[in-house]
Amino acid sequence: MANETKQPLVQVKELCKYFHVSRTAELKAVDGVSFDIYKGETVSLVGESGCGKSTTGRCMIRLYEPTKGQVIYDGKDITKLSKEEQKAFCKKVQMIFQNPYASLNPRMTVKEIVGEGLKQHGMSREEVDKKVEALLETVGLNKDHMSRFPHEFSGGQRQRIGIARALSVDPEFIICDEPISALDVSIQAQVINMLKHLQETMGLTYLFIAHDLSVVKYISDRVVVMYLGTLVETAETEELYANPAHPYTKALLSAIPEADPKKAKANERIPIKGEIPSPINPKNCCRFAERCQYATDRCFSEMPKLREVAPGHMAACHLLDK
Amino acid sequence: MAELNKDMFVIKGKNTMKMESISRPSLSFWQDAWRRLRKNRAAFVGLCIIVLYALLAVFAPMFSKYGFSDMDTAAMHAGPSAAHWLGCDATGRDQWVRIWMGARTSLAIGLFSAFINMCVGAVIGGLCGYYGGKLDMIMMRVVDILYGIPSLIITILVMLVLGKGVAPLIIALCVVGWIGTCRFVRGEVYRLKEQDFVMAAKVLGIPDFIIIIRHIIPNILGMLVTNLCMAIPGAIFQEAFLSYIGLGIAPPNCSWGVLAKEGIQYLRIHPHEIIIPAFFICTTMLALNLLGDGMRDAVDPKLRGTE
Amino acid sequence: MAEKENILELKNVVYSFHTYGGEVKAVRDVSFEVRKGEILGIVGESGCGKSVTAQCILRLNPEPPGFFGGGEILFKGRDILKMSNKEIRKVRGGEIGFVFQDPMTSLNPTMRVGAQIEEVFLGRTGVTKKEVKNRALEIMKLVGISDVEKRYRQYPHELSGGMKQRIMIAIALVSRPSLIICDEPTTSLDVTIEAQILDLLLELREKLGTSIIMITHDLGVIARLCDRVIVMYGGKVVERGTADELFYDTAHPYTKGLMNSIAKLDTAKGEKLQPIEGTPPDLFSPPVGCPFAARCDYCMDVCNEMPPEVYQLTDEHATCCWLQHEMAPDNDMKKKPEKKGEVR
Repeated sequence: MANETKQPLVQVKELCKYFHVSRTAELKAVDGVSFDIYKGETVSLVGESGCGKSTTGRCMIRLYEPTKGQVIYDGKDITKLSKEEQKAFCKKVQMIFQNPYASLNPRMTVKEIVGEGLKQHGMSREEVDKKVEALLETVGLNKDHMSRFPHEFSGGQRQRIGIARALSVDPEFIICDEPISALDVSIQAQVINMLKHLQETMGLTYLFIAHDLSVVKYISDRVVVMYLGTLVETAETEELYANPAHPYTKALLSAIPEADPKKAKANERIPIKGEIPSPINPKNCCRFAERCQYATDRCFSEMPKLREVAPGHMAACHLLDK
Repeated sequence: MAELNKDMFVIKGKNTMKMESISRPSLSFWQDAWRRLRKNRAAFVGLCIIVLYALLAVFAPMFSKYGFSDMDTAAMHAGPSAAHWLGCDATGRDQWVRIWMGARTSLAIGLFSAFINMCVGAVIGGLCGYYGGKLDMIMMRVVDILYGIPSLIITILVMLVLGKGVAPLIIALCVVGWIGTCRFVRGEVYRLKEQDFVMAAKVLGIPDFIIIIRHIIPNILGMLVTNLCMAIPGAIFQEAFLSYIGLGIAPPNCSWGVLAKEGIQYLRIHPHEIIIPAFFICTTMLALNLLGDGMRDAVDPKLRGTE
Repeated sequence: MAEKENILELKNVVYSFHTYGGEVKAVRDVSFEVRKGEILGIVGESGCGKSVTAQCILRLNPEPPGFFGGGEILFKGRDILKMSNKEIRKVRGGEIGFVFQDPMTSLNPTMRVGAQIEEVFLGRTGVTKKEVKNRALEIMKLVGISDVEKRYRQYPHELSGGMKQRIMIAIALVSRPSLIICDEPTTSLDVTIEAQILDLLLELREKLGTSIIMITHDLGVIARLCDRVIVMYGGKVVERGTADELFYDTAHPYTKGLMNSIAKLDTAKGEKLQPIEGTPPDLFSPPVGCPFAARCDYCMDVCNEMPPEVYQLTDEHATCCWLQHEMAPDNDMKKKPEKKGEVR
C-alpha cells in the first residue's frame, strides 16, 4: 500500500541506460524513467519487448551500471556503496529470472544451487542443508529433489527452485523479471500464489516485471507502463484498469485475449498499427506517435511530460493537455 | 476390465505425494556423456585402442626379454618371426620393444603438450572472455600475430635454440599451441557469462573468482576434453615429423618418429621397418580422432535429455 | 458455419520415443477430426503431447528415436502413415502447411525471405519462375506485409518478430493448402502483435476457406479463434467440444482447473487464483488410470485403477472422466449424457 508520508524503499530517478551499438548508433534502452516503491507493496513494470523494463530491473540490482540517473535504496545511492554496504545490498535485494531453463547451472545439483548464497555468507554445512530443505518445502518441493539436476525438472519446478535460491539470503526486496512468462498457465497461478503468500508472511517488497496485463492486475498495488524506454503512464492498479489515460495503455488493455468466447468475439479492439520501432537513436518526441491513431503534429516534435490525470495517476501524453 | 463397484466411486481428492514425483533415473552430466559415448561404436573402439596402446607402452617393454638397445647381430633386418614379433631393425634391435618404448615417448609428449596447451589456452581465454576490456583487446592482438606466423617455423626455431630432447620438444610444441584453445574458450566464456545463472550468482554476491571456478569452468569442461582428444594426434604427428627431420628426439632414444626415420632408408628391401611404426602412428591418430568425435557428440548440450 | 466434411482424421494414434531409460509414450491413443473450413484448437500444457501430435501428422519427428505405436492418420481419405517419403513430401507444404512456434529460429538466417517462400515450389513442375515470384508477392500482401517488393529481398534479421511470423504464415499458405497447423504461433510475440496475427488468421480463414489446427496453452487465444476445441493431458484427449461448451459447460476437472487458474481481467484483487497443484505426469512411467488422477480434486479409487471411458454429452461435447459414470456421486461436473459409453 502506498504510504505517502514514509520514505520510499526504492527510488528510481531519471534512470537512463544507453548502449553503444556502433560509433553513431546509440540504443536508448531506458531513457529517463522515475518511480518509487514503498515497503511492502508490489509495483509492476509493464510493457512489450524493447520497452526497457528488464534493463530497468537489472540497473536496479547493479547487473548493469546506469548511464545517467540514480537508483536510491534505503536512502543510499547504489552506485556509491562501500564494500560492506555492497555485501549487505546483495543480501537485501534479490532477483528472480525469466527463463527457468537458463537460470540454473546445469552442472550443479539443486542443493548446491539453493545453498550457494548461504555458503557464501558463512554458514556451516549442516546449517546450509537444513535451511535448503526448509526453503524447498516453502516452495512446494521436497528432500528427494535435493540431489537432482535442473534438467530433470519441469519449467514450473525450476522456477520454484529459482525462487528458493532468491529467498535463501532473506531479502527484503525482490525484482521478479518476468518470472511466469515461460510457464504454463496453471503453473503460473501456482507461482503467483506462492509469491503473494511469501509477501504476506515475510513482508517482502516486489518489483514485478511482466507483459501479461491480466496477471499484473491481480498481483500489483501500482502499475508503471513503459514504451520504448520511456514511462508513459503510472497509477494504482484499480485506477489504471478502470480509467486508462494514455492511448498505448488503452490499446494494450484491449489487445489482451480474453478467456471467454462471448467477450472475446464481441471485444471492440483498439487497432494499433505497425510494428514496435527500434530503440536505436530514437527521435526526441513522443515515442508512440508513429503508431498512435490520435497523433497530432505536436506529438511528432515534442516530448510529452508526465502530468497528473487524477490523484496518484500520471500519464505522458499531449492530448491530456486540456 | 475389472468389475466396477460403488466403493470405487468415492471422491478422495488429490494425492500430494505423487503429484511432484520424478520417475526418471538421475544422471549427472558425465554419467550421461559416458553413456552416450559407449553407444557410439566408433568412439568406443577408438577408446579401447588407446587404452590398449597405453597399457602395452607401460607393460610390454617390462615383460620382454630384450632391452631396447640390445643388439642381436644375427638378426639384423629380420622380418617378423616367433622370436622377434615385429622383426628387428638395421642393428638387430627388437622392434616390438622399441615400438613400445617409442610409444611411451610419443604418447607422453602428445599428451603433455596437448594438456599444457589446453591449460594455458583455457586460462588466458577464460580471463579475456570474462573480463573483456583492455586485457582482452591486447591479448587478442597478440594471438592474431602469433596465428599469422606459421607454427612449424616457430617450433623449428625453438628446437634449434634449445637443442634436441623431450623437454625442449614439449616446450617448442607449447609456444604457439595454446592459441586455438584460447580463442575457443574465450568465445564460450563470453557466451556463458551472459547466461542467467551467472547473473544469479553475481546477484547473490558471489565473487568473480568463485563464479569462474564453480559456474563457468564446469560448463566448458566437456568441450575442453573434446578439444584435448583432438589436439593429441596433432601433437603426436608434429613430434613424429620433427624427429623424422632430425630435430626432435635424438637416437638412441626412440619415438615413433625416430623409428620411422630409421626405417625409411630400407623401404624397398625391408619394408616392415617403416610400415610398422607408420601403422602405429596412423592407428593412434585415427583412434584419437574417433574418440574426439564421439566426445563431441556426447557432451553436446543440444542432444542432452532429448532421448 | 463449417461443413461436416472431414479433412483430417486421427484414429487411436500412439506415438512413442526410445530414450535412455526406456520408452516414453508421448501420444497415447489420440483421436480427433478436423472439418473443412473450421478452426480446431488443441489446448494443453507442456508435456501433454500436443506438439508431438501435430508433428506426427506430417511425420516431422526424427524416426529413431520416435516411432508410431499404432493408429491411422487419414488426410482426405489417404493414410499418411502408409505414404512413401516422396508422397509425404508432396503433402508437406503443398497440402498441409505448418507454422512453427519460434519465428526467430524457424527461418533460415542466410536466405532472403522471398526465396524461403518460393522454396515451397522447389521441384514442382508446371510453374515458371515468374509465376512463383508472383505467387510469393501475392501471399505476402495477403498476410498483411506492407511494401512487399522491398520485404521480398530482405533477410530475416531485418524483420521484426511479428513480421517474421507473418512470413511463416505466408510460407505455410503459399501453395493454398487445405489445412494449416499452427504450433503456438503467438507465444513468443507481444500482446499487440499477437492480436494482429490472430485477426489475420481469422481473415485468412474467411478469404481462403483453409482449415486451421491451432495448438496453444493460452485459453484467451482459444476463446478468440476456435470453433471446436480438444483438451489434451498426459498424452490423451480428456475433453472435446465447441468453444462455448468448453468454457461455459465444462465437464472435465482438468479443463475446469485451467479455467480457474487464469487471472482474468475481472478477477478481483483479493480473490486467490486457483492453480492446479503438482506437475504433469512423467510419461516415462505413465499412470495406469486417468493421467490427471494425482492432481484431481475429484479423484476416486477407480480413477487410479482404470483409464476412464469416453462419455458423449452432446453432438460435439465429449469427456473422458469417471465422474460421468452413473455410479459416481452427484457433483458439479456431472452432466446428463445423451449417448453413453462409446470408447473410441
